[in-house]
Amino acid sequence: MNGPQDLGGQMGFGPIDPEPDEPVFHAPWEKRAFGITLATGTLGAWNIDESRHARESLHPVDYYTSSYYEIWTKAVEKLLVRHGFVTEAELAAGHAQGAGAMPKRVISAADVGPVLKRGGPSNREVGVRPRFAAGDRVRTKVMHPVGHTRLPRYARGKVGTVEALHGGHVFPDTNAMGEGENPQHLYTVVFDGREIWGPDSDPRLKISIDAWESYLEPV
Amino acid sequence: MTARVRALETILTEKGLIDPAAIDEIIETYEHRVGPKNGAHVVAKAWSDPDFEAWLRRDATAAIASLGYIGRQGEHMQAVFNTPETHNLVVCTLCSCYPWPVLGTPPVWYKSPPYRSRAVIDPRGVLAEFGVTLPEETEVRVWDSTAELRYLVVPMRPAGTEGMGEEELAALVTRDSMIGAGLALDPTVLA
Repeated sequence: MNGPQDLGGQMGFGPIDPEPDEPVFHAPWEKRAFGITLATGTLGAWNIDESRHARESLHPVDYYTSSYYEIWTKAVEKLLVRHGFVTEAELAAGHAQGAGAMPKRVISAADVGPVLKRGGPSNREVGVRPRFAAGDRVRTKVMHPVGHTRLPRYARGKVGTVEALHGGHVFPDTNAMGEGENPQHLYTVVFDGREIWGPDSDPRLKISIDAWESYLEPV
Repeated sequence: MTARVRALETILTEKGLIDPAAIDEIIETYEHRVGPKNGAHVVAKAWSDPDFEAWLRRDATAAIASLGYIGRQGEHMQAVFNTPETHNLVVCTLCSCYPWPVLGTPPVWYKSPPYRSRAVIDPRGVLAEFGVTLPEETEVRVWDSTAELRYLVVPMRPAGTEGMGEEELAALVTRDSMIGAGLALDPTVLA
């Protein structure tokens, strides 16, 4: 979706302002929000793509005025309600008011280490040969899906070169929407800065994205 | 937010959907056990051991796993090497993708709109704000992490480090240098 998350090339946000000796968390609630987000991800009801889509679906004003862990908290509340684990009334009351959906699993302290170490690999067998090879010229599609996508706006309709093939990976555009993993071949595609930004671009700039096969057309 | 998150944790605990001890363990992992010292170890080893460097170029996921750095947000790793000709910079314009097992969780600036918006269109301007000025002829390569590949920048080994062991070298490798937003520290300046 053309949402507030799609930031590449936007202007007016000001300086980067790195914080010296930055702590991992800035407040106790951030720690809990982080832990709750990771823990509820193991309930088995949603995947990382649906999670990202929940965050980018916040109203743009809300997204831009919320800190990172505020965005996470608002998104995880939305996911918990969507999947029937909690109700809006419970969130308002601050207490459980009845039974909700049954989770596939609830992570224990002992499981945390192994689960984090296992992670969630996204590589999958696809059973078809890749359509493109390294060195091929490709054009990214012009598209504006209302659901989730990982093709940023700045890189749509642009000609680049396939640099690397990464095998099959879960396709986020459907996985985020509850429409299945539908794995596709994934490629690193590199663009000249001037192809993306026009003649005023830094002439010694190259930008790459990782693009699923259906984002690409042969040139 | 304190009250809002406490309410959420209360509801989830009452419903048996989370175990607060598991939350504690998750926090402990990322606050104290995983961080950029892991990545610095990887880089220092690559600088010291040509076989490891070759492995890191060929199969970063396996090479990094051999040092014990595996798991969430590092399932598919790629190492990109800075040279005098090319400087690499990593961003996630769409969210906050970052190689957790080697760098920990990302700093606020990496996740925020100024960096995410500007890294792809004005990387030299971004680098200048980190105090890095590259030669004009150096190409800047920006890697936008749009899939589940996670990028680790291997900065150039500083001059004057010829006799140094892995541990000494690792002390020169900053978090920012492994994102591409900085360079490895100069040992003469550090001394």
